[in-house]
Amino acid sequence: MSRELFKFKGGVHPPEHKSESNTRPIAVAPIPNFLVIPVRQHIGNPAKPLVHVGQSVLKGQMIAAADGYISAAVHAPTSGVISDINLQAVPHVSGLPDLCITLVTDGLEQWIDHGPIDYLALPPAALRMQLRDMGLAGLGGAVFPSAVKLDPGAAHTCPTLIINGGECEPWITCDEMLMRERADDILQGVAVMRHLLDSTEVLVGIEDNKPEALAAMQAAAAKLDFKVEIVAVPAIYPGGGAKQLIQTLTGQEVPSGKLSTDIGIQVFNVGTAYALARAVHHGEPLISRLVTVTGHVLRPQNFEVLIGTPMHTLITHAGDRHGTTGVLMGGPMMGMPMPDLKVPVVKATNCILVKSRELFPALPKALPCIRCTRCADVCPAELQPQELFRFAKAGDFGRAQEYHLFDCIECGCCSYVCPSHIPLVDFYRYAKSEIWANEKEKRAADLARERHEFRQFRLEREKKEKAEKLAAKTQAKRAELTTAPAGGAVASEADAKKALIAAALARAQAKKVEATPKNTDSLSAETQREIEEIEVRRAKIRELAHQPLETEEKPK
Amino acid sequence: MLTAILVMVSIAVVIGLALGWSAIKLKVEGNPLAEKIDAILPQTQCGQCGFPGCKPYANAIAKGEADINQCPPGGEDGVKKLAELLGVEAKPLDETHGTPKPKSVAFIDEQICIGCTLCIQACPVDAIAGAAKQMHTIIAAECTGCELCLPPCPVDCITMEPIVEDLPHWKWKHPVINLKRVA
Ligand code: SF4
Ligand code: SF4
Ligand code: SF4
Ligand code: SF4
Repeated sequence: MSRELFKFKGGVHPPEHKSESNTRPIAVAPIPNFLVIPVRQHIGNPAKPLVHVGQSVLKGQMIAAADGYISAAVHAPTSGVISDINLQAVPHVSGLPDLCITLVTDGLEQWIDHGPIDYLALPPAALRMQLRDMGLAGLGGAVFPSAVKLDPGAAHTCPTLIINGGECEPWITCDEMLMRERADDILQGVAVMRHLLDSTEVLVGIEDNKPEALAAMQAAAAKLDFKVEIVAVPAIYPGGGAKQLIQTLTGQEVPSGKLSTDIGIQVFNVGTAYALARAVHHGEPLISRLVTVTGHVLRPQNFEVLIGTPMHTLITHAGDRHGTTGVLMGGPMMGMPMPDLKVPVVKATNCILVKSRELFPALPKALPCIRCTRCADVCPAELQPQELFRFAKAGDFGRAQEYHLFDCIECGCCSYVCPSHIPLVDFYRYAKSEIWANEKEKRAADLARERHEFRQFRLEREKKEKAEKLAAKTQAKRAELTTAPAGGAVASEADAKKALIAAALARAQAKKVEATPKNTDSLSAETQREIEEIEVRRAKIRELAHQPLETEEKPK
Repeated sequence: MLTAILVMVSIAVVIGLALGWSAIKLKVEGNPLAEKIDAILPQTQCGQCGFPGCKPYANAIAKGEADINQCPPGGEDGVKKLAELLGVEAKPLDETHGTPKPKSVAFIDEQICIGCTLCIQACPVDAIAGAAKQMHTIIAAECTGCELCLPPCPVDCITMEPIVEDLPHWKWKHPVINLKRVA
């Protein structure tokens, strides 16, 4: 019953380094004294804080609400008191701070009221909104809000559901350990996904270097009342990339610039399925995740970690060692260097990889590209990395885009094999980010042009309207005063004009009376003072305005 | 022989018709050059170029009445793009029109604002919200940073705040790789 598998082009075989961390069972990390919880942990709009400093919160309580469709809520990972809402260091290469909510934990782990959701009874849209409000986002690394991905859209169905247990990146073992220890829960989550997407076929792809995980998942799948096919796929990097896994399992290629759903396939990470099961079957929002802490530490292991736990406390817990040269969030191929170890674990943190000189020797200096095309041979996206590099380096972003820069999944295979040790991926990231910024600027300029043009149109129109109104008014007034004069006497032109001016004066007088504020009867002392201050300021300005303009033109 | 000629003739006719049709259908309206120039200009609408906005400057360039290096917000990059479009030599910015500044947005100190509406009348892109005798605010997303609202304010409550780099605005830098010299 083995399935026919397909091969994608390219790929590399870096040393796996899995056994360091997958020989110990999952442990629960201790609750730190405080948690720093960023409101921007997912793709889309950052969540909006709902709490204030000094407020007590319960475990699982929503502390920031989803803002819009593509967003996800953020919850208190344990009970305690909110001590701060401000900018703090977050796990991002730039080292730039972002809005975070700091929670001083009380160690009591007091849960908010929660319970299972009867998901079969809920309309799918309502269920999805609930999942968004439980903070679910993809835990494979992209952290795209799961509720959006669980919407089959206009087609109302997504025939093939693929669960990604590939975990091809070296050193990382959190998905593997999750499958080994919590296979039943994962498949419970898969059942919910299948229900929402109305899928007919469910495939779980697991690399064949994880026999225990394969066996555990197979045993769990046998207990289900629907068919889930557990498929062993060849271990090759980046076989766990979504597009690559789709190709391996189905032979289908996601066309350039399209989404997998366009060909009726949706892919979720096993961790996301597990989080979904906790949410639906236990009513627990996404407040913790599995994190592999490995590399240059005494006891590499997988931990169940509360979101917001500072990374250095985890490293200390796993046994920090001398000679640390840096820390990556993620694996060695796609991971991001962390600017600061105070940064918290977030929904995207699958691995904390501590580097040392022995494990990760400094790369030799880069040499010019010799156009050996080894990079092109290993590129799983079938790109021409050496050309992309040339264009990105020269700032020729248009050409880079013509060479499908945006199909690059930043897997790092090209940099890995490059005999000249060129950090190719850094160039692609640079080029992509420049293109995005340019597009943003272009949009802003277009908006400004539009608004400027509209303003000119408005001014023109207002001028015309004013002139027309004025003409009409004078006409009407004149007619009124000439046709209904007092005593029936025929009024002369001059009289009419005089009356017009008198009427205008009376109107101005009435307006003045009206303009004096009438809500000044029962004012607090403070408001009264404010009003007086403003009056003084106004008087000063009036004075200034009447002064001769000697200060305006400075003698040169 | 005859069929070959017929085939060639019919191909020629078909292509001719297609070309004729596209010449009519895909005709470009307006002054395409001025529009292309306007698309490169930053749309700050600040008037530093000596024209009352980007469009008039674009028209002047298109007519050959203005040089390409008079727009400080566009910077050297803008000059380069204009030079490329027009097929002329790029040149340094003409400093008499000002020098490029970091991108900023206007900020109204709402404690001081007296609600005189003078800034609203000055803003070329209607980025200021407020009514007579009400405190005014800048809609930061729409402010182009042209500084035109600064001079009319009678109480000097508008300042230009440079846009600080935050996460959504962060960009990857050009990688610095020290290429080893090969002899
Ligand atoms: S592998 Fe490196 S040296 Fe070879 S073609 Fe690619 S970029 Fe150039
Ligand atoms: S990083 Fe991009 S260009 Fe390089 S191998 Fe991967 S997909 Fe290809
Ligand atoms: S100087 Fe100001 S108004 Fe003139 S083109 Fe540049 S941005 Fe537009
Ligand atoms: S708010 Fe001021 S600086 Fe901003 S666009 Fe309007 S006038 Fe220019």
